[in-house]
Amino acid sequence: MYKLSIDNLNELFALIGQDSKVYAPIERAGQVEFFLWSVEEKVRLDALNTVKSAKGFFFPQTEVLYKTKLEGKKIEIEAAEDAEEPTVYFGVRACDVKSFDVLDKVFLSEPVDSYYAAKRKHGTIVSMACSKPADTCFCGLFGIDATSPAGDVVTWIVGDTLYWDSKTEKGEALTVKVKELLVDADDVEVKKQQTEVKEMIAKAPLHDLSLEGFGGDALDELFNSPKWEALSSACLGCGTCTFVCPTCQCYDIRDYDSGHGVQKFRCWDSCMYSDFTMMAHGNNRTTQLQRFRQRFMHKLVYFPANNDGDFSCVGCGRCLQKCPQSLNIVKVIKALGGKKND
Amino acid sequence: MTKKEDVLIPKLGVVTDIRRDTPDVKTFRVNAPEGGKVFEHMPGQCAMLSIPGVGEAMFSITSSPTNKEFMEFSIKKCGCVTEWLHQMEVGQEILIRGPLGKCFPVETELKGKNLLFVAGGIGIAPLRSVINYVIDNRENYGTVDVVYGARSAEDLVDLKEMQESWSNIDGIDVHLTIDREQEGWDGNVAFVPNYVKDLGFTTDKTVLVCGPPIMIKFTVAGLQEIGFQTNQIYTTMELKMKCGVGKCGRCNIGDKYVCKDGPVFRYDELGELPAEY
Repeated sequence: MYKLSIDNLNELFALIGQDSKVYAPIERAGQVEFFLWSVEEKVRLDALNTVKSAKGFFFPQTEVLYKTKLEGKKIEIEAAEDAEEPTVYFGVRACDVKSFDVLDKVFLSEPVDSYYAAKRKHGTIVSMACSKPADTCFCGLFGIDATSPAGDVVTWIVGDTLYWDSKTEKGEALTVKVKELLVDADDVEVKKQQTEVKEMIAKAPLHDLSLEGFGGDALDELFNSPKWEALSSACLGCGTCTFVCPTCQCYDIRDYDSGHGVQKFRCWDSCMYSDFTMMAHGNNRTTQLQRFRQRFMHKLVYFPANNDGDFSCVGCGRCLQKCPQSLNIVKVIKALGGKKND
Repeated sequence: MTKKEDVLIPKLGVVTDIRRDTPDVKTFRVNAPEGGKVFEHMPGQCAMLSIPGVGEAMFSITSSPTNKEFMEFSIKKCGCVTEWLHQMEVGQEILIRGPLGKCFPVETELKGKNLLFVAGGIGIAPLRSVINYVIDNRENYGTVDVVYGARSAEDLVDLKEMQESWSNIDGIDVHLTIDREQEGWDGNVAFVPNYVKDLGFTTDKTVLVCGPPIMIKFTVAGLQEIGFQTNQIYTTMELKMKCGVGKCGRCNIGDKYVCKDGPVFRYDELGELPAEY
């Protein structure tokens, strides 16, 4: 384990930035998002959740898949090039790091999504342990330890010191690159902080949720539950939950006619939208209840059925913070998750 | 042409023949620009067809893989992409990617079986691929019955092939029906599900059914009434799709993605899914 003073963070980013792009939680106009770092930016490592999650690193909100042109009976097609620029993502929280596992199961399963795979391959994750979880946090429910995130390099901030521990080959390579700024350290302070934070998490408002009753086996019973009506009745279908969610990965593929050809682009989409499943001959989900149910059944039942019981939620709490109607997955888990949630 | 390969990036195809089958169905022959087929497929598999600036949509491949020269798509005009396809002329290039999805189990579960095909309207498109595959590998299958119905005589797709080719092959019976009486039609008049029941098939057959959802539903119910089990029945489904490879999320029903785990399903497998299709 190594350490450096947080006064040297800009030097650290500048050194990494010599041959990589660096993204970090940066405040602009009062909101913290992962932006490309430069020395003028206001880095906010104290911010817990960025507004949008980290999924956009590898699955951008919009990206061009290929360009094509129709002239009379002829068509030209030109594929977009893969992203091959090394990029370091700094300050990713444990929940968002875990979301990459969920996204990997979708995009890296056969047939591999080469757009996602290229960005993932060239990305190095520097995660950051949480020292002050929010009331909306419940990552522990999914086996995530906020004090010990995954990642290529894991960091902790204790007081004015940033502790640095590399965990993978990529992390080792990054460590070598910034070695001149790091000094050897023991883990006494880190351990102490971890113990304190774990105590805070154990007392957090959402610490005792239970997923008993969810998973692939409970499909029929949960799908047919009469509780969906009350759970979904206030849903506006705005899709905010899906856009801020780190694991929501439904997408659309559309055409943008630039006047000089057509860009075939992919963009985030939402199963909460009324036209998501609409086609020329009909729509198999016509009510908001059906769409709302689909989102949560997918996260808590269908996805686990296909992925060894892993849920498609990481407990980041963004949906609790952002839904204009105060609907969220915690309410669903409490309502449908059996006696332990009473 | 393309530097990068991805399942989302299409290949070029050329429309080399267009046949009008009914007032709203045309069959398009597609070749690779250099001739031959754009890719190989198995009966029941699909392809995404797209036009720059118009959109992309999923279609079943109606030709049999035993056709080594070209692929065919029978397409009903009913939305943006299909409207555009219907106004094309021969020589038009289109974008095509596939094959997508699972095929009918022609080399496994269907082998050696007596087969009953039930189709309504444009629902013949995926089944025509299987029927011609079975005809070209005749020794591998038992008897073949084809029940095909449409709104009117003009709406029967591939009528010529059925009457002139299929009907003349030993062991193949074609049963045609239309919804309402009309002048010049001396064949059967009934809705497909009723006709299937009236024909009173023996239950030693494996059934492949495709058509409007309501037709499939009543056909299966009728077959069950005369003793068929749901594990003897296969169908193929149509839902909104964008990626075609189980990632974009649109065609997700329960733990299945219709594009990837289907579109061909055995009916008892469908019964295990939430009723959202």
